[in-house]
Amino acid sequence: MFYLDKKALQDTPNNKPVGKGVNWTGEFAKRHKQAKYPALKQYYAHGTISADTPIAETPLVALDFETTGLNPKTDSIVSIGLVAMTVKRIRCQEAQHWIIKPDTELKTKSVVIHGITHSDVADAPSFNRVLDELLQHLQGKVVVAHHKDIEVRFLNSALKHYIGEEIVFPCIDTMALEARFSRTIKRTFLRSLLGQKTPSIRLTDCRSRYRLPYYRQHNALTDALACAELLQAQVATHYPDDTSPISAIWC
Amino acid sequence: MATEQVEVTDFLQRHKPFSDLAAPELSHVASGVEIAYYKAGSPILTFGQDNTHWFVIRSGAVEVFRRDGELYNRLGEGNFFGELALMRNRPVRFPVVALEDTLVYLIDADTFNNLFDNDEQFADFVEVEDRSRLRESSPDKKDNNALLTVKVEKLIEQLPLILPPHTSVQDAALRMTEEGVSSLLISNEYLNDDTSSDDEPVIGIVTDVDIRSRLVANGLDLSTPVTDIMTTQLTIVQSNQYVFEAMMLMLKHKVTHLPVLRKSKPIGLISHQDILRYESQNSLFVVKSIFNAQNVDELAALKDEVQTCFSRMVDEDANSQMIGSAMAVIGRSFKQRLLELAEEEFGPPPIPYCFLALGSMARDEQLIVTDQDNALVLDNRFEPKLHDAYFNDLANFVCDGLDRCGYTYCKGGIMATNKKWRQPLKIWEQYFTQWIDNPTPETLLHSAIFFDLDGVWGKKVWADALNRLIRKKAFKNSRFLACMARNALLRTPPLGFFKDFVMETDGRQTNSINMKRRGTAPIADLIRVHALSVGAEGRNSFSRLNGVIDAKILPPGRGVDLRDALEFIAMVRIRHQAFDLEMKRVPDNDIEPEYLSDFERKNLRDAFQILSDAQKYMKYRYQPGRHL
Repeated sequence: MFYLDKKALQDTPNNKPVGKGVNWTGEFAKRHKQAKYPALKQYYAHGTISADTPIAETPLVALDFETTGLNPKTDSIVSIGLVAMTVKRIRCQEAQHWIIKPDTELKTKSVVIHGITHSDVADAPSFNRVLDELLQHLQGKVVVAHHKDIEVRFLNSALKHYIGEEIVFPCIDTMALEARFSRTIKRTFLRSLLGQKTPSIRLTDCRSRYRLPYYRQHNALTDALACAELLQAQVATHYPDDTSPISAIWC
Repeated sequence: MATEQVEVTDFLQRHKPFSDLAAPELSHVASGVEIAYYKAGSPILTFGQDNTHWFVIRSGAVEVFRRDGELYNRLGEGNFFGELALMRNRPVRFPVVALEDTLVYLIDADTFNNLFDNDEQFADFVEVEDRSRLRESSPDKKDNNALLTVKVEKLIEQLPLILPPHTSVQDAALRMTEEGVSSLLISNEYLNDDTSSDDEPVIGIVTDVDIRSRLVANGLDLSTPVTDIMTTQLTIVQSNQYVFEAMMLMLKHKVTHLPVLRKSKPIGLISHQDILRYESQNSLFVVKSIFNAQNVDELAALKDEVQTCFSRMVDEDANSQMIGSAMAVIGRSFKQRLLELAEEEFGPPPIPYCFLALGSMARDEQLIVTDQDNALVLDNRFEPKLHDAYFNDLANFVCDGLDRCGYTYCKGGIMATNKKWRQPLKIWEQYFTQWIDNPTPETLLHSAIFFDLDGVWGKKVWADALNRLIRKKAFKNSRFLACMARNALLRTPPLGFFKDFVMETDGRQTNSINMKRRGTAPIADLIRVHALSVGAEGRNSFSRLNGVIDAKILPPGRGVDLRDALEFIAMVRIRHQAFDLEMKRVPDNDIEPEYLSDFERKNLRDAFQILSDAQKYMKYRYQPGRHL
């Protein structure tokens, strides 16, 4: 789901209540006690890795949603793609792709983008039918997404709708990472002198910067894969030292 | 649970050997892929490590090294590596390093081995190091015959004339005359593309002979419908049958015309004359035309037929030895006919002589792009003042004639027109003795050309005597052989290909490669040195190599490898020239990698590697002072 225009990108609030500096182990223990929905309780029970775990050893899962629109209040999820990975290996064997019957109307505007039609969703399961399995895929892993707010907000909106609870988890945002890397480039005097623009942090542009191949966009599974490869490239480039801790890049 | 990644599947589907896999297998491979990213300069496989995966390059490029750090190969998108360790279940022998930022798809050992064990085509393609693959790619087709290997459809020149049953014989005859054909087909489905009916597509055939014997001879009216004189009970041939089968059908059913069907649609009509005409384009026919030519103009006019003959042999999958010797026979015939004509023009020779062919023609390895290397051996009674004017005229006549027939003048002046190469036998013996006893850089180059010599006209026994002299003097002559070996190392093969470039061993890249200079010539040079060292008879590289193999001076298996390498390189060169001819271009020896298939690239790479290894061995074997 990487079709946000510039305005949408700016309007989207970044790091909300939980984020950098959070003690995730403690947070998970606390949430485990509070959670009521069994699969969510189970998810928290599994815990999360400690902040000093090397990036190279961190179990990850790249996640992407296609949605009916941009507003989590009025739009909903139509497909979920995910693939298990580490920064060394992406495992296509452990990938999943669901088409979801959206809770809200499927808008023509979004159909054009993700190509999922009314007939595709007619027999598709609703979100609550895949929720437990989705949580199983996420448990014990750090989520990787390009522009994570979309995934986090739509996921929480759907959870709230179906089970009346929300979820928190550590997450790596490849878009935020790229913004961070490119900021250091952007500010040089020479670049401003040359009038060079801020490098684009759209997924396709980020990928080409690392010489990753072009993939067609807006299939949740392909986008999850594209995001997974981007993280591998970012880490290989900016954190070549195998001992860098996961806390350097998660939030 | 495996969910297929479309981008992975699409990519694999575009590249061999995955493109040959059936959909379910491909899907299975794609859904099990693992993916890894490597920064430029970072190691992917290190020497001695265990390898559990087969690597397919999705984007970027890598370099493969030998253990000693020498560059072995450079691979790009769609290429693969790591299969050797998997096939042999051994630790990695060739380390791999990312040359550019590289994304690789990894296929696990089980999936790889499964494909490798169960899919012949897949295994063939992957088995880079197994030299037997090269052998299979250049099979010996000794009993090759045009009629046996060419399909009927090759003979079809135009669509058949098809008429409806009610046509009168007169109208039919008019149409046959208009179209310039000697036969026509009668069909119920005339002009009807709908093949749903169960009727036979063709109900009869009418030939010139039928009109004569069944209409005119019987005094029938011209308005008689063609159905009255047509032959039913048709003998039919399918377009994908061999010309040989068509000929057998004609003989068996005593017919002279065969309708050709493709998917039950008539697409042509072939006659026994078509078959005869096709057969007659072979080299024997060209040779016959050469000897029938009455003057140089007529000889020069045969240039096109030589090219047609060459292209046809390539079409028929003849091997390089067949093509090389056919072209050499033709070249020799041109020389012989020119000498006959010259003797008619200038009168009989004052003293006996022998005209020599040198180089590729003498080795029976001539192709279509070739210059003339020749020389004259004169009787020892030769008196320059008395005789040389005659032989000068004769040499000029022949060399000018050869040039007009497509054999360009030798740039190095190695022609009988050059006084130095128009000498009595005793001088030639002195030349050769001196070249062998006291080699200089210049005479070594001469040795490489003149020591492949063949008498084509006159006192051919002198050519045999010179060959014997060379064999005797060079045999086990370690000093001379060391010099020849050093000379034969001047031309080396490239490393292989990378993207659309030729890769040199030092990492340089060029746009094209001269297949003669970098391929066939260095192999011929190398084989000549070995052949001289063991006194092997024969001038053709393949027969020399057999002698070398019999003498057991090469490490086991290397001789056969070398033969396959020569055959493959020669065939790539030959096919390239045939392609140039087909495209109406002037054929040359320069090959651009972009026109090579993946299969050819891989095999060429193997062949270059074999040549390179053979050169290293030659360097070692003929070290100065080493006892042979």
